[in-house]
Amino acid sequence: MDDHASVASEIEPAQLLRLHRQMLFLRMVEEAIAVRYAEQEMRCPVHLSVGQEAAAVGVCEALLKTDHAFTTHRCHAHYLMKGGDLVRMLAEIFGKADGCVGGRGGSMHLMDRDCGLEASVPIVGASIPLAVGAALADRLDKKDHISVAFLGDAALEEGAFYEAANFASLRKLPVLFACENNLYSCYTHLDQRQPSRNLTALPKAHGIRAWEVDGNDVGAVHEAAHEAVTHVRSGQGPAFLLMHTYRWLEHCGPDNDDHLQYRPEEEYGLWRERCPLVVSAASLRERGVLDDAVEDAMRAEFVTRIDEAFAAAKQAPLPEPAAAAGHVYA
Amino acid sequence: MPERIINLAEALRECLAESAARDSNVLVLAEGAEDPVPMFGTLRDVGERATAEQVIEMPVAENGLVGVAIGAAMMGKRPVVSFQRVEFALLAFEQIVNNAAKAHYISNGEHKVPLVVRLVVGRGWGQGPEHSQSLESVFAAFPGLKVIMPAFPADGKGMLAAAIEDDNPVIVIEHRWCHYTTGDVPAGYYTESLDGPRRIREGSDVTIVATSYMVLEAMRAADALAAAGVQAEVYDLRVVRPLNLSAIEESVARTGRLLTVDTGHHMFGVGAEIVAQIAQRRFGDLTAPPRRLGLPDHPTPSSRGLVPGFYPDAARIAEEVGDMLAIPVDKVAGVVDDLRRLRGDLPIDVPDPFFKGPF
Repeated sequence: MDDHASVASEIEPAQLLRLHRQMLFLRMVEEAIAVRYAEQEMRCPVHLSVGQEAAAVGVCEALLKTDHAFTTHRCHAHYLMKGGDLVRMLAEIFGKADGCVGGRGGSMHLMDRDCGLEASVPIVGASIPLAVGAALADRLDKKDHISVAFLGDAALEEGAFYEAANFASLRKLPVLFACENNLYSCYTHLDQRQPSRNLTALPKAHGIRAWEVDGNDVGAVHEAAHEAVTHVRSGQGPAFLLMHTYRWLEHCGPDNDDHLQYRPEEEYGLWRERCPLVVSAASLRERGVLDDAVEDAMRAEFVTRIDEAFAAAKQAPLPEPAAAAGHVYA
Repeated sequence: MPERIINLAEALRECLAESAARDSNVLVLAEGAEDPVPMFGTLRDVGERATAEQVIEMPVAENGLVGVAIGAAMMGKRPVVSFQRVEFALLAFEQIVNNAAKAHYISNGEHKVPLVVRLVVGRGWGQGPEHSQSLESVFAAFPGLKVIMPAFPADGKGMLAAAIEDDNPVIVIEHRWCHYTTGDVPAGYYTESLDGPRRIREGSDVTIVATSYMVLEAMRAADALAAAGVQAEVYDLRVVRPLNLSAIEESVARTGRLLTVDTGHHMFGVGAEIVAQIAQRRFGDLTAPPRRLGLPDHPTPSSRGLVPGFYPDAARIAEEVGDMLAIPVDKVAGVVDDLRRLRGDLPIDVPDPFFKGPF
């Protein structure tokens, strides 16, 4: 890990407990999807965020509901943390009429304008210019909203990032580039895709201020996100937040695919030891605000909530076939 | 009202200036938006009556900036992005096809993308393989996009205004030679409907459906054919998508013959789709096989030595119609000779002054 990482102990215990709760919720939702995926009722690709919870939680904690978020195929955590509804998310993954986009998009296209999750786009880098465009509109309308583009390390190989970053910096637009470096694009390690360099050099080359944190330390993520968001909201131009993290499960699907041996077993083991929930729990327990009873109560609460959400999503009707031809033109 | 004869380029410029002045959400983006001759003069002074913020100089980053325009459109802006050649939009194809065309659909109707992308088809003076492609059929392949091709100044001014008012992404394909067409253009802001083709000449023997600049060639061919006793009905297609062929169907039911003339390639072209739909719906009314004219099956060459025969022209259209109607060869030959004579010694790579109108 890098030397920029700060420690969670600087965050207030009550706030850290709240962030820990949110991460636990995300973990349990994704694990529930993984467990039930074999039922073959969720008939669309799923890109789960297990292991990367601190990024979504820490960044979204620093945002307002009125801020606009744009994300990627790996969007469940961002959708939920921006304020999206669990039942509508699951219904979308189940392909139901009650899904957040009526079954038109599936897991990779979650959105909810009411909470500012404007779009999830599965083509790498493709949602970044949209976030910059939303920031341009807000700037012209003199609104104090900011836009966030969630992206992964591979998006830094896409022209869309450079084109959007150049323009955002040129116009000092209120946009935060929130980059989760999980080291892999499908099966391919960063080292095979990019020369060795600090990834923050890339936004810095565009004159964009950058922060770099341990992406598995939710307190550190939140602290850096808060600083970056404050910078952006104050009109000083865009910011880039690099969060180092790790994807536990396969790129797409419910399983662990380490039997394919595309990444070293020790590497995965080290990252599992640095699980975001373990990091936050250790700090909380040390400070006496978390014990087994509190943890068990949270888990029980979430089991019920998640079970109920799955039941509601499963019960929801499939959309009518005729609806497929709707909304082609406004 | 006194006549106000201006060309299409000037009419489009007026439209952009008036649209930006009446709606502060209209944004005008282009590479070289504030050049001395911006976008062939069509952006000159468009910001004069608007706010300075509405005219946005674009970095040379087509995909990114079309994406930025889409994001702004999702938030209620009405961006008009102009590219000097169609080919630059290929760099932005990802954003146009994945985000602009589908955001309304994927969001279950929540997002609207009132985006206009203006693309210019080059021709003449050796523009060559990557400065003269007419790719309307490529863009028209995608549900969610609208594709329009204005040919005449008054119509074009209103069509562009309608495109800017439209809540959908509209691709405007402007033929560079159509920029020179002139006509009586109303002053002030107005819109023309994007509902479908317009009949610009009545006839009973053959239905000719042409796009953009080819409408002008078809008109000239129809004039010459009339002298030989052949009455061609000519349609300006105007709107490639959504494709509304009801008027064409009705026309073919009367004439029994259909000829399409594309500014793009004839294979997989707009004409191919029109012929297929008409053949499916009106096969019994056809008295001759429908035909397509368009660019041949190779890229556009640069040299004037290679261009002869590449573009359909009035003479080719007349020949094709004569063949479809089984008119005696000598009778058509006279028409074709007259058309070729009219052009005189004009080099092949410049527009015929005939096409300046006024129409």
